[in-house]
Amino acid sequence: MRRVTGKRAFEAIVVEHGPTVLRVCRAVVGFADADDAWSETFLSALKAYPDLPVDANVEAWLVTIAHRRAVDAVRARARRAIPTDQLPDRARPPEPDRDDDLAAALARLPDKQRHAVAYHHLAGLPYAEVAAILGGSTDAARRAAADGIAALRRTYPLTEYHDD
Amino acid sequence: MTDMSALHAQLAAAAERDGVLDVAYRVVDGPVGALLLAATELGLVRVAFAVEDHDAVLQGLADRVSPRILRTPRRLDAVAQQLDEYFAGARRSFDVPLDWRLSAGFRSTVLHHLPEIAYGHTASYAAVAQLAGNPKAVRAVGSACATNPLPVVVPCHRVVRSDGAMGGYLGGTDAKRTLLALEGAA
Repeated sequence: MRRVTGKRAFEAIVVEHGPTVLRVCRAVVGFADADDAWSETFLSALKAYPDLPVDANVEAWLVTIAHRRAVDAVRARARRAIPTDQLPDRARPPEPDRDDDLAAALARLPDKQRHAVAYHHLAGLPYAEVAAILGGSTDAARRAAADGIAALRRTYPLTEYHDD
Repeated sequence: MTDMSALHAQLAAAAERDGVLDVAYRVVDGPVGALLLAATELGLVRVAFAVEDHDAVLQGLADRVSPRILRTPRRLDAVAQQLDEYFAGARRSFDVPLDWRLSAGFRSTVLHHLPEIAYGHTASYAAVAQLAGNPKAVRAVGSACATNPLPVVVPCHRVVRSDGAMGGYLGGTDAKRTLLALEGAA
């Protein structure tokens, strides 16, 4: 069979990066919306995949798509937001490895800090990539992540958290 | 926690719905080992034995068809069921749409003629060359069979040497022997 220096099958991308992108989505948009965010991210990625340069950083590309989607979703929600008397849907049953305290602590961070923490500490992207996604300088991205981690240390009760 | 396989299945369904699942594949087990089955929207495009190296086969599909490839069973349900029936001795021919894009020229002509060799019968490379309209192209028939993108379903295992020896097979001679024995031809 003819060999071309090829892009991998998208299946390999999903298997390799799917779990990390799900963790990032949970940190950025919360558990309730994370599955939808993940699905939309990978569907957008699949559509655009043939045009992605072969040497692109796939994880940074996926996180960029997830980030844009999260920002758009927040804007859309702000536009739709109307006062209501109705109670929200009943909460889902607790899930085994779900950490509501950490999720709540993350949710309380300013957007920029939460994004910087998720993209650097969960996705493992270097600060230069984080800065490219968030806009601003590499130093600003580093500061936002450091401020976010410092805030989590104050507000998140567990002691075994390790900053890498 | 939502598991990754549920999210993966949703992604495959959404990709199918939006027309961006260019290649769907699954792997089935049978008497000739694990077979990779891959289909485009037009039909079955590739059947591959484990000895062909399924990772390499997927890379070939990404290079030659599209990298928009997901592992998802639905598009392959019909062919998987027909293969089960065939391996159980309950089916003699396959009735699924085929996408022939991975074969071209005289090789493609040869492959299109192979279903004319009936279940349980064999034909020599020379006889197939004649069927394909070029009696001298015996070696080309051999290379067409050796590069058949749709083995088992397009029955290149029924092509044998004129002296009665089995000849080579892209899935290995054991696989060829198994298929011919299954069909009662050897």
